[in-house]
Amino acid sequence: MAPTRTVREELLAAVPSLRAFAISLCGNVDQADDLLQETLYRALANINSFQPGTNMSAWLFTILRNLFRSDYRKRRREVEDADGSYAESLKSYPEQEGKVEFEELRQALKKLPPDQREALILIGASGFSYEEAAKICDCAVGTIKSRVNRARTRIAELLSINSVEDFGPDHTTRAVVAGTRR
Amino acid sequence: MQMSVMQRKPRTGRGGKLNPDVQGKIGQQLRAMYDDVVKEGVPDRFTDLLRQLEEPKDKPLDANQSAQLDQRSDKERG
Repeated sequence: MAPTRTVREELLAAVPSLRAFAISLCGNVDQADDLLQETLYRALANINSFQPGTNMSAWLFTILRNLFRSDYRKRRREVEDADGSYAESLKSYPEQEGKVEFEELRQALKKLPPDQREALILIGASGFSYEEAAKICDCAVGTIKSRVNRARTRIAELLSINSVEDFGPDHTTRAVVAGTRR
Repeated sequence: MQMSVMQRKPRTGRGGKLNPDVQGKIGQQLRAMYDDVVKEGVPDRFTDLLRQLEEPKDKPLDANQSAQLDQRSDKERG
């Protein structure tokens, strides 16, 4: 059966956040959009296994997350080769200053193990509860909690944040300079 | 859509090595980065994809009808 109007609308409504999740996971827009496309194909092909009234968003995030993880080994090589490719793809953006600041965080996210990265994004940005995130990642709630904690600590280390003042422009500049030297 | 988007309480306690201010700032940055993409909405590529995939299945009657109409007009032309 073809998706009903409501299901289709729910799909569309979920796409922006799903895409933000994909980009945060991949650290690269093109790769993320390919992943999202594959996710939507899968979702449509399996739309009958979606139970109306349940969380469409969580269902889609699960599909995307599983695709990302099953493809991770291959993907990791590409990501490592493509350092700075996200910055490259941002050249056409108008508000560059803000984006450069995000780039620093993106680079830090890339350095996290994927299990910590996905947990941190699901909890810290996508707005899922620990229970929902645990279902999406097929693990225990406690596991999600410890992954998120480790991820936060690691991000703080990577960004060399010792205090809130370190978030200032000087810090960003330093990190960008250090990044280009590497 | 039922998502607990707004339930972002500051967390202390476990893993409490991290200064709560720093933790809050990381969360803020992460959400700002994320929301920046969310604001872009749905790129045409994906609206097109969803529409494209749904149309043939979605309206089987219309498709048959138009096929019949095509045949008819072919006969009329022939």
